[in-house]
Amino acid sequence: MSTRTDAHSNQVVDNPREPFDVNDPRLSRFDLVREGARRDDIEIVHYEPQFPPGSRAERRIVRTVASIFLLVGVSATAFVVAYIWWPWRYEHGTGASKYYTPILGLTLGIALLGIGFGILIWGKKLLPKEVSIQARHDEPASEEERRLTGNTLLYMVDELGIRRRPLLGVSLLAGLAPVGAVAAAPLVGGLIQQPHKNNQMFTTGWKPITENGTTRLVRLTHHDGTPVRPEDVSPGGQITVFPGIPGGATNKYADSPVLLIHLRPDDAAAARAANERAGHADYMWGNYIAYSKICTHAGCPASLYEQQTNRLLCPCHQSQFLITDNARPIFGPASRRLPQLPLTVEDGFFAAKSDFTETVGPDFWERP
Amino acid sequence: MKRRKLDMAALPGRAAREVDDRLGVNTPLRSLLNKVFPDHWSFLLGEIALFSFIVLLLTGVYLTFFFEPSLTEVTYNGSYAPLRGAHMSAAYASTLDISFDVRGGLIVRQMHHWAALLFMAAIVVHMLRVFLTGAFRKPRELNWMIGYLLFWVGFLAGFTGYSIPDDGLSGTGLRIASAIMLSIPVIGSWITSSIFGGEFPGEIIISRFYIAHVLLIPALLVALISAHLGLVFKQKHTQWPGPGRTNSNVVGERMFPRYAIKQGGFFMIVFGVIALLGGLVQINPIWLFGPYEAAVVSAASQPDWYVMFLDGSTRLMPPWEINIPIGDGYVIPPLFWPTVVLPGILVVLPLAYPFIEARLNKDRRIHNLLQRPRDVPGRTALAAMAVTFWLVLTLSGANDVIADKFFISLNAMTWVGRIGLIILPPLAYYVTYRICLGLQQHDREVLAHGVETGIIRRLPNGKFVEVHQPLGPTDEHGHGTLEYVGWAVPKKMNRLGALGPAIRGFFFPIEKPVEAPVSPGHPPVEPRSERQEVGSGGSR
Repeated sequence: MSTRTDAHSNQVVDNPREPFDVNDPRLSRFDLVREGARRDDIEIVHYEPQFPPGSRAERRIVRTVASIFLLVGVSATAFVVAYIWWPWRYEHGTGASKYYTPILGLTLGIALLGIGFGILIWGKKLLPKEVSIQARHDEPASEEERRLTGNTLLYMVDELGIRRRPLLGVSLLAGLAPVGAVAAAPLVGGLIQQPHKNNQMFTTGWKPITENGTTRLVRLTHHDGTPVRPEDVSPGGQITVFPGIPGGATNKYADSPVLLIHLRPDDAAAARAANERAGHADYMWGNYIAYSKICTHAGCPASLYEQQTNRLLCPCHQSQFLITDNARPIFGPASRRLPQLPLTVEDGFFAAKSDFTETVGPDFWERP
Repeated sequence: MKRRKLDMAALPGRAAREVDDRLGVNTPLRSLLNKVFPDHWSFLLGEIALFSFIVLLLTGVYLTFFFEPSLTEVTYNGSYAPLRGAHMSAAYASTLDISFDVRGGLIVRQMHHWAALLFMAAIVVHMLRVFLTGAFRKPRELNWMIGYLLFWVGFLAGFTGYSIPDDGLSGTGLRIASAIMLSIPVIGSWITSSIFGGEFPGEIIISRFYIAHVLLIPALLVALISAHLGLVFKQKHTQWPGPGRTNSNVVGERMFPRYAIKQGGFFMIVFGVIALLGGLVQINPIWLFGPYEAAVVSAASQPDWYVMFLDGSTRLMPPWEINIPIGDGYVIPPLFWPTVVLPGILVVLPLAYPFIEARLNKDRRIHNLLQRPRDVPGRTALAAMAVTFWLVLTLSGANDVIADKFFISLNAMTWVGRIGLIILPPLAYYVTYRICLGLQQHDREVLAHGVETGIIRRLPNGKFVEVHQPLGPTDEHGHGTLEYVGWAVPKKMNRLGALGPAIRGFFFPIEKPVEAPVSPGHPPVEPRSERQEVGSGGSR
């Protein structure tokens, strides 16, 4: 590292190579810097100030940088002042507080950009331009060196004597493998969950409730829990309904939201015919039909209802389902129908005859 | 006893000596200060990523003081009136509090998000630079791999961070993520229920994502970034070919003072731009999306930009479901291909690219000099192909918005994407390849015939010819004898110093325009002396 090669000597015109005396009083500080660089195999081949010291151009740059730094101070102070005194509490509608974050951003941004541009101009304009050349020294080590290192490594293996004492190696492996398992066990064991606990992937909140030997159907309710009557949906309209059980509208029953659609008579006839073909003739109630809202593709709510074409569109990936044909996917990446919820009316309120008869939500490997 | 006088001027020297006695840092410190870095604007793209990451750490730590990673249901009672009384998770409520009830919290939150977007963008652009210039070649294959992994780890960091506020948009994203995990054959449902702690959404996912987002992933990022920088430092930066630049040296500036000052200034500028964006440009206004509810979604639901290509691939995928009629029957859903298989290929293939290219070219040499993209048309065209593929997917990720804004049928947009994904990348390959060849040829042409001077000369026989300025010595036919060396060929007279340089100054020239020293027919080739490039290897 510290030896100088002769190759450098011919690069330096003004300083013929001679023994370098660090204590020579005639040497400038730059001479010492250059010597230091040389000892690291770096040659400073070009180093010159961009402006003559004290020139008008230089003074102009100094003034520019100084004023930028002063602007930084002003802007940073403005930030603190605004932070403390500008009204910041959110108020609905319009008001001064709407400008709180923009003012903070503007003042902070100007302050930081000012520091940045200030020191950039300082560095780029006021410091001398330089070109230095450093040798890379990335030639691979010599074969000899590699041989020495390689043998040092192999010697370690020799010393351990695993080759001579195979029992040690085998027993160590046999001992360590279970330790690895010990490390993995709590992680895997703690995290792993049986996906089919309580048959959860195939049941939803619509499953009829069995209590004390009697079975009760689950009612269709609005988001606030009030039950849905047929009159709540006008022909051609649709609403989202939830199972009428505690927490039925929360994310705890993320698979349960259902779209209840009141079809116009012609469409209802088409839907009924399609249902008969599919073998669930009794799923509709009157002109009402209900589909799971959870897209069978990726689980978004397929909730955009196109009344004219009787399509349901999922806004996430644009799967489209034809509601007059048992929610058959007719465009986009979904490959499976939206499950239909069998409807009935009890005491003037909608209820689900049973749970979905098909699996709700995104597809998975073991779906039958 | 006489008290020795304290010599203030000698104090730093004495202190330094004491330190060096103990630590022996003298020579390493000097070689660090003197380390030479080559300079080019394109070498700073990676720095933008690094600096954004620092801003991410700073703002992220601040956010953890206020964020509550919990799905416990609470009733909102904060300042934001439209949501008061709504039921929501504590995570969402605390994000609203950061936005409205923590003084200055909103700007930090928005800066955090902008910095994340910038981080990913800088990684991608930096990676393109490295790819197009061949900086990944031996000996830097390992650093290419680390950098590439940084993209995907950054992707995970972004996705987990995006998910934890539990707003309407990110909850939908999380739902899709769970569907993606479910789609994996055989083990999908086990993975999903293990990660979510039961059926989606469960009650624990936010706290798991939170610890991943604030500890596990950042730790991995810090480790990878350190290794990345360490390798750049050890292997020294690549450089463009040019006067005096060889495969075995580095021509540039020493680290101190100028290079380090420029880096510091650049950091503050990146920081400042993020602050301006965070303050002035709204990002991810979660209060408008509402809390996540499984039944609620709106159109134009787009993820952050770096996830959009996966959204696009999902949208374009045809509904090809594979049924395996064994026992009760098994399914591979169509979702599996664009969201698990495609990213899987995208993770593995580029990692191996440096080795593939070296093998194809039978190239075992060490490369420290960069290549101009035009000089390697095959690789450049491949990059154009990849970018086109990505662009089609990303645009398809917003095809509903495009369809809406430009009154195009949504289904037509999907078909345009499906067909475009197959046709456009090869087309981009071909076009780019031809452009590269054209540029190469133009370089050779200028080297052979000289720079166009714009001077038309009339010969005695009435013929008009254009005068060309040769770049160097010519042979008997007037053709230049200079060889192409892999660096820009000057193509305009003022690049040669023969015309006045472009006049600088915004409102008024800050230097007097130089008279164009061209006399008809005899354009001088001598550069103006004070503009001469001094040194870098001229004496070699």
